Amino acid sequence: MKYIEEFRDAALARTLAQAIGQAVEPGRTYRLMEFCGGHTHAIYRYGLPGLLPKAIKMLHGPGCPVCVLPIARVDQAIELAGRPGVILCSYGDMLRVPGSDRRTLLQAKAEGADVRMLYSIDDAVTLARQLPQRAIIFFAIGFETTTPATALAILRAQKLGLSNFFVFCNHLLTPAALDALLADSPNPGSWIDGFIGPAHVSTVIGTAAYQQVARRYRKPIVIAGFEPLDLLQAILMLVRQLNSQRCAVENQYHRVVRPNGNRLAQDYMAQVFCLRASFAWRGLGTIAASALALRPAFASFDAERHFPLAERPSREHPGCACPAVLRGQLDPAACQLFAVACTPANPLGACMVSAEGACAAVYAYGRQPLREAL
Amino acid sequence: MKTSQPVAAGHPERIELVHGGGGRASAQLIERMFIRAFDNPMLQQKNDQARFDVPTRRLVMTTDAHVVSPLFFPGGDIGSLAVHGTLNDIAMAGAEPLYLAVSFILEEGLLLRDLQRIVASMARASEAAGVPIVTGDTKVVERGKADGVFITTSAIGSVPNGVDLSADRAQPGDQILLSGTIGDHGVAILSARDSLGFTSPIRSDSAALHDLVKQMVRQVPTIRCMRDPTRGGLATALNEICQQSGVGMLIDEQAVAIAPAVQSACELLGLDPYYLANEGKLIAICPAAQADRLLAQMRAHPLGQGASRIGVVTTDPQAMVELQTALGGIRLLDWLNGDPLPRIC
Amino acid sequence: MCLAIPAQVCELLADDRARVRVGDVLKTVNIALVPQVRLGEFVIIHVGYALERLDPLAAEQTLALLHEASDLQPRRAESANDPNGQERTDEIH
Repeated sequence: MKYIEEFRDAALARTLAQAIGQAVEPGRTYRLMEFCGGHTHAIYRYGLPGLLPKAIKMLHGPGCPVCVLPIARVDQAIELAGRPGVILCSYGDMLRVPGSDRRTLLQAKAEGADVRMLYSIDDAVTLARQLPQRAIIFFAIGFETTTPATALAILRAQKLGLSNFFVFCNHLLTPAALDALLADSPNPGSWIDGFIGPAHVSTVIGTAAYQQVARRYRKPIVIAGFEPLDLLQAILMLVRQLNSQRCAVENQYHRVVRPNGNRLAQDYMAQVFCLRASFAWRGLGTIAASALALRPAFASFDAERHFPLAERPSREHPGCACPAVLRGQLDPAACQLFAVACTPANPLGACMVSAEGACAAVYAYGRQPLREAL
Repeated sequence: MKTSQPVAAGHPERIELVHGGGGRASAQLIERMFIRAFDNPMLQQKNDQARFDVPTRRLVMTTDAHVVSPLFFPGGDIGSLAVHGTLNDIAMAGAEPLYLAVSFILEEGLLLRDLQRIVASMARASEAAGVPIVTGDTKVVERGKADGVFITTSAIGSVPNGVDLSADRAQPGDQILLSGTIGDHGVAILSARDSLGFTSPIRSDSAALHDLVKQMVRQVPTIRCMRDPTRGGLATALNEICQQSGVGMLIDEQAVAIAPAVQSACELLGLDPYYLANEGKLIAICPAAQADRLLAQMRAHPLGQGASRIGVVTTDPQAMVELQTALGGIRLLDWLNGDPLPRIC
Repeated sequence: MCLAIPAQVCELLADDRARVRVGDVLKTVNIALVPQVRLGEFVIIHVGYALERLDPLAAEQTLALLHEASDLQPRRAESANDPNGQERTDEIH
């Protein structure tokens, strides 16, 4: 697979790990947060923690759109699925996330709701066209990587004149989350030295979007690709910045990410979506200007307008430590519920519900002390 | 092997409830569709049971239900899958399969020509394996109560003396061998489902392994256990053995073969091939001293040409499977949690 | 933030669609976000949509850098494919 395998070369990985080992200053710890859940998953899946020198401490950020979706929104999706005539379509990631009463969309399906997993929202538009007598609701989640797809799907539905296609919109914004993560503390971001920035969110929004965060909080940010060599190179770049006390936004993934991102994608998003005043993020609390809703011009595609939904409170398990884990302030293994009451099969909190949540990744790939890398 | 009688003009195209009613329509379906295709002396007796002598050795028995959708996929169909799968369950005990039984639950509305295709496929699989289908049953349920057809296959086999394969026999130091590439069947099934919209050249690896197994146990009777990594994939099968034997494992990711097209499809969809089903592969755990000999024997067989040593059994009170990644890092290879759903994140 | 994968455009279709391939696997995706894409180019695919084109020269540069892991600083370089000569790194102080 071109442009994938070259960036997984084992010999290069070892050389890079050695270079990182040589670059770290004696006695110094580098606390680096990978914001994106996909990066968290990649770091563990390739066994990178074992390859990195002990001086590098990886912290896991809240960039997992499944994890930070409030339970109440899952409840609402399940409620929508149960409405007569509705086909509730969703990406695979959401199907096993439990709502308030521990029910999931998959269970709702078992109880008779028409819930369908789709790879692309485009297929939901096609479905709506094929079944004019059914209401097709798409459970839209994701950061800016996924939002343009939803925008295009709504525009296509509009062009086709569909009246039975709806989006239950839960799209979130990354810079706002980064800011909230750092701001929400008397000593902003004191537990983080630098960031690995998301690969594909940045593909859409560009690198310029992070400059304000880097400047305000004086933390270096390196945008990294998804492959292990990308991550290792980004870590090396961060170590070098920290050694020379720089706090720049650098772009390791420049084969895909452009400084201004994909303008066309941004235009489509701006055309279809507007900012919600605020949104309650699971674990992070309420954040202003951090989530999107459909503009009034597209009201006829807005599931929340068409299907009145009751506001519900989101209740978390009392022992859940996700708020601290999501901010990188607590190691998953340090949570009392981790791997005991809270497991991927029975997730109690945000960080366990998705395969790329910090707790799920640690559980699946590293919950036991592992042997030293051979 | 004779093929089932083709559906003649004026005869129904589809299964109807009456086909399961026990009357003339039932009898005709059984005679023309099944007995004609599976064709052997025991079946021709048309009793409700098959009678045979057994060798005075240990016997094994197994049963499986098959509910795969879609019914037809690249490299096979529910029929060949059922026959191969059940023969493999027998084979994993080191046993020689003797007889097969099959029961069908047919959905009202199933096209007879689809059923014919499935039955022909089962007949071919049974004949190629040298294991006759000696008894069976058919029921019909209302439209919507079955996904076209559900097939249950059962089999008995006999275990040669000196062979004692069991998942609780793995010991630290034992070598772990894998007969070929993983993930092929899982991807073939997914590619046949419209909802994921991709095309690939991957075919299911569905195959009967009992002949390969026969060669293997003959060469190395001290094999500790064998398992075919079906539902849940390689990761699940390895974890099961660890749990039953109270051992750990260390697997070398670079030694686990994955076909490039399977790798591509998994990348595209966000799937992990370690959790996808395989229907023509096996894992063998054997004492270190015999591993080279066993590997050579496997590679000499058409169904084991891609065999490799993928890891070693370790001492581990937590009974976990560790994976050394291609990059040299170590991580867990955990049980599957739920169905392998494609991820976007 | 999410899984996206480089794929090569092998056929342009009507309606803002294209057939792309990853190895031997083919998929039809939506290219409305990269309307100028040409046959043979690589794009990044996410949930059935092409998000951006992959710049082969930049990829080569990254690989070259990786091969010289002892290099002191990442070099600033211009991509031949990018007519605006945009900077690879953005620096603020």
